[in-house]
Amino acid sequence: MLQKVYDWIDDRVDITPLWRDIADHEVPEHVNPAHHFSAFVYCFGGLTFFVTVIQILSGMFLTMYYVPDIENAWRSVYYLQTEVAHGQIVRGMHHWGASVVIVMLFLHTLRVFFQGAYKKPRELNWMVGVMIFFIMLALGLTGYLLPWDNKAYFATQVTLEIAEGVPFIGEATKSLLGGDPEIVGAQTLTRFFAIHVFFLPAALFLLMGIHFIMIRKQGISGPL
Amino acid sequence: MSGKKQPVSRRQFLNYTLTGVGGFMAAGMLAPMVRFAIDPVLQASSGGDLKAVAQVDELTTEPQRFDWTIDQVDAWYESEVTKSAWVYKTDNDEIMALSPVCKHLGCVVNWQGDPDHPEQFFCPCHDGRYYKDGVNVPNTPPNAALDVFEHEVREGTLYLGNAKPRGEF
Ligand code: HEM
Ligand code: FES
Repeated sequence: MLQKVYDWIDDRVDITPLWRDIADHEVPEHVNPAHHFSAFVYCFGGLTFFVTVIQILSGMFLTMYYVPDIENAWRSVYYLQTEVAHGQIVRGMHHWGASVVIVMLFLHTLRVFFQGAYKKPRELNWMVGVMIFFIMLALGLTGYLLPWDNKAYFATQVTLEIAEGVPFIGEATKSLLGGDPEIVGAQTLTRFFAIHVFFLPAALFLLMGIHFIMIRKQGISGPL
Repeated sequence: MSGKKQPVSRRQFLNYTLTGVGGFMAAGMLAPMVRFAIDPVLQASSGGDLKAVAQVDELTTEPQRFDWTIDQVDAWYESEVTKSAWVYKTDNDEIMALSPVCKHLGCVVNWQGDPDHPEQFFCPCHDGRYYKDGVNVPNTPPNAALDVFEHEVREGTLYLGNAKPRGEF
């Protein structure tokens, strides 16, 4: 049945080359942990991607209950965690995943660094990777405010003070991020929410797309 | 099952194990999220308490509109919401409390809302009509009778609960 549906579509739009191009390629021996166990270090990029998928999925589901409003944010989080079935698990995935993704990203970066995989011709992909790293940190930072508890509030106050410390544009930056020159409040929360769920993920998808296209074009770097 | 051994190629074996393990991981990841998302469908609905709405001696044989408020718990938001009913006494002295929510698409009906049909409930949205007992007038948009409130009389006071479709009494 499935095969027939596939054939029917393939017959008309020839999709086989599309997915072959993405999925069907050889894993070189030096990257395969079955040959050299130490090759597990090549897994960290994929693991980063895996945890990123978890973050995106669990985040999408959390948004079904969460409201970015100072009156209700904390209560909605409390509600989804204590009253909704599996709320604790879904929130837990997003909470812990946010840390795990940074750890994986860091290990992946270490591998690329110590293997010298960033060298010509892959310098551009290193730069894209660094941008991905900063996007991830920004996601962690903006997400931290969203539960609107004490920790979130005071951490954000500190964040905004740091932003204010930038020479010349500091005050403008603080208002831009926080929505107000003084108050950490209603507009700060809505802005951080928009940045966390729309702007940064959009940038992340774009950069990850570029990252992966470049890997396919250049191939994985050779053995040491 | 044939007695013959079916040789499984290395490629097949790998395909099966990888699909199996991958499917297991995907399911483990998605199951909590899906259960989380469908929770509202599975939550038991809380049966509303009866609330005092009117004095029985205020009631006539003419439908009158009564409003009352209930405390509504909407997840993390609690508020008071107003409910309304059309209440009257039938010819054999029984109390009838009709929901004003039109059974077509949920607008609010009015007693005698249409001058052309003075002894009927009228829904302005698509000209739906109901007889005094709440039964829908044939060939108007609604296809069911107005819901009826559960009611109780205690010491001369009328208490109303939830509105229910006719079949459920
Ligand atoms: C969400 C973040 C990221 C994801 C999902 C990701 C994923 C991947 C994957 C799957 C590969 C294939 C090779 C492997 O698995 O090791 C790869 C390669 C690479 N990554 Fe990342 N990466 C991320 C962030 C970064 C960062 C932060 C850097 C550097 C600072 C970086 C630099 C590179 C480079 C230079 C390559 C090519 C290395 C080679 O071909 O051997 N990536 N990435
Ligand atoms: S909603 Fe009442 S007639 Fe359509």
